[in-house]
Amino acid sequence: MSEIVLEAKDLCKKFRKGEFYNSLRDLIPALAKRTVAGKQLADKEFWALRDLNFQIAQGEAFGVIGHNGAGKSTLLKHLCGILAPTSGELIVRGRLSALIEVGAGFHQDLTGRDNIYLNGTILGMSKAEIRSKFDEIVAFSELEEFLDTPVKRYSSGMYARLGFAVAAHVNPDVLVVDEVLSVGDYLFQRKSIEKMRQVMRSGTTVVFVSHNLPVVADVCQRAMLLENGKIISIGPTSDVVRAYVERGTSPPVSSDDKSVYVSRVTIRNANGVECAQFRAPERMIAEVEITANRAVQKLAIVIECRNDEMYGVFDTSTQRLGEKPVNLAAGERFVATFGLNLHLVPGAYHLGIYVYRYDTQENYDTRIPAGTFFVNTDTDVRGVAHLEPVVISQEKFGA
Amino acid sequence: MLALIRLLRRHKYLLYMLSWRDITVKYKQSVMGFLWAILMPLLITSAGVLVKIALAQVTGGTVRFAAVLGVAVKSVPWAFFVSSIRSSTQCLSNNANLVTKIAFPRAVFPLSSVISQLFDAAIASTVVIAAWILSPVAITLQLAWVPLLIALLVIQVSGLALILSAANLFFRDVKYLVEVILTFAIFFTPVFYDTSMFGKRAWILMLNPVAPILEGLSNCIIQGHTPNLMWLAYSAGVSLLLGFAAPIMFQRLEPKFAESI
Repeated sequence: MSEIVLEAKDLCKKFRKGEFYNSLRDLIPALAKRTVAGKQLADKEFWALRDLNFQIAQGEAFGVIGHNGAGKSTLLKHLCGILAPTSGELIVRGRLSALIEVGAGFHQDLTGRDNIYLNGTILGMSKAEIRSKFDEIVAFSELEEFLDTPVKRYSSGMYARLGFAVAAHVNPDVLVVDEVLSVGDYLFQRKSIEKMRQVMRSGTTVVFVSHNLPVVADVCQRAMLLENGKIISIGPTSDVVRAYVERGTSPPVSSDDKSVYVSRVTIRNANGVECAQFRAPERMIAEVEITANRAVQKLAIVIECRNDEMYGVFDTSTQRLGEKPVNLAAGERFVATFGLNLHLVPGAYHLGIYVYRYDTQENYDTRIPAGTFFVNTDTDVRGVAHLEPVVISQEKFGA
Repeated sequence: MLALIRLLRRHKYLLYMLSWRDITVKYKQSVMGFLWAILMPLLITSAGVLVKIALAQVTGGTVRFAAVLGVAVKSVPWAFFVSSIRSSTQCLSNNANLVTKIAFPRAVFPLSSVISQLFDAAIASTVVIAAWILSPVAITLQLAWVPLLIALLVIQVSGLALILSAANLFFRDVKYLVEVILTFAIFFTPVFYDTSMFGKRAWILMLNPVAPILEGLSNCIIQGHTPNLMWLAYSAGVSLLLGFAAPIMFQRLEPKFAESI
């Protein structure tokens, strides 16, 4: 294991809820009242982070996921040194830089050029460093023509691009990335992610804090799931992402009261290795195991695929594929293995599994999501389906 | 104060960039920038001249050019004092997006406000220096006191800037309090008048730590004699106290900034 660059030891942060006195006008009467009445105001405190313990090694890409209010931003601000922990400690070895809110610190009246220098300095670059990277930053932002325009005249996209371009060129030992990868249009996002990969290849440790599951799953080897300021799950990204997706949906109904239930769903790649990342149109193997609590007849299994917006992109069933219905005795298990070629555009997808009796259409069990996987492509395709496009020829004809 | 100097050295480029930002924005239209810099000293001097004329009416004297120049010499440091305190008090709360988003020593905010005001003061000084050279006032060796006096003033202003910017971050109405005090502070500071006019009670006015500095400037530039060393030592003491205590206080409070803003 390589050197640990980031380490949290029993990190805790306490916040106060509600309004506290932020003006003398309120504070002085309150103090007077307190001395007269001798009454202490009840402290409405809560833990924003509770006993976090984790280590991140040099060169690792680490994801932090969680629902809103889970403590992601608070953790991020601790990493950056903006907030100080209530107890415990957070050790950062080396220079840490954060891509939090791009363009913070831009001055509206200054030109793009001036703001590159200003923002770069605020982010901790030296004058010489900015000068040597200036052209690179400008090229990355694609704002060559607007360099001498005050940024107040920029569109929000241009503003974000310039901010990202500066922030992405800081060259820290540890880079913390917030939701900033979602700035700009699709092309710029791809470019930003490509830049992130490049930063990671150079040995920089990257911490991603994001809702963008496909990016986290694609980029990070390890991740951590936060909920109410506590670590719920930490480990390989696919496990953590699964935990996140499962917690986001209604808890699985107890399997005991069902005649038959989905007892296991395993996603593998074509080589039989358990995995969650695929490169279209790679083949995915889905193993579905069902268990019967009592004798059931004429069972069929539906497998469906939904995208991140839960829009159904594909479904089929054992029956529709021409398989015979299955009869199970109490306690018997049955495994159906599906092969799917993932002709899909990049994104996160969820498997849905249903078990039903095909003649009466009686539904025994529903599992959505039964599994989550991520698809990437080598070519830039968008939409729903990956049709493996190629340009066969390009010709120009005279007028 | 040592900690402050170390910090300044480490982040001198950041400090420079933030000061440069304030100055560039203000001097974008160079003529207007220049006018801004001399506006306040000019108004202070005009008001001072009015007061001098009124006094001359009562006492039957005349207003000499040296007296006008005396007010002008004090008007520039006073304008520097007032505008530095005013802009630095609000500098942290006005840069809330930076304070909550990016980590770097927050002391550069109040200090860069002071630096950009110092730049304005330098511009305004050129006008006063021109008037002074053209005037019949004698140039003496006493001028050697000027750098020390300015240094004392800058340290006092920087210390107050650190304290007030932090105070305004925790209590947003500090700026109103500061505003009221600054409006009337000129009456408690020897800008329009000299403390000697109060005879035996002059010491009360000298308790204002800015007073010995302003008096000292007028003494060594206009009258050509040594500043009152006792009061100067007092003012230097206040400068030292502020110079030591303010950075310590600021750095103690700094970890709480982001969650309190």
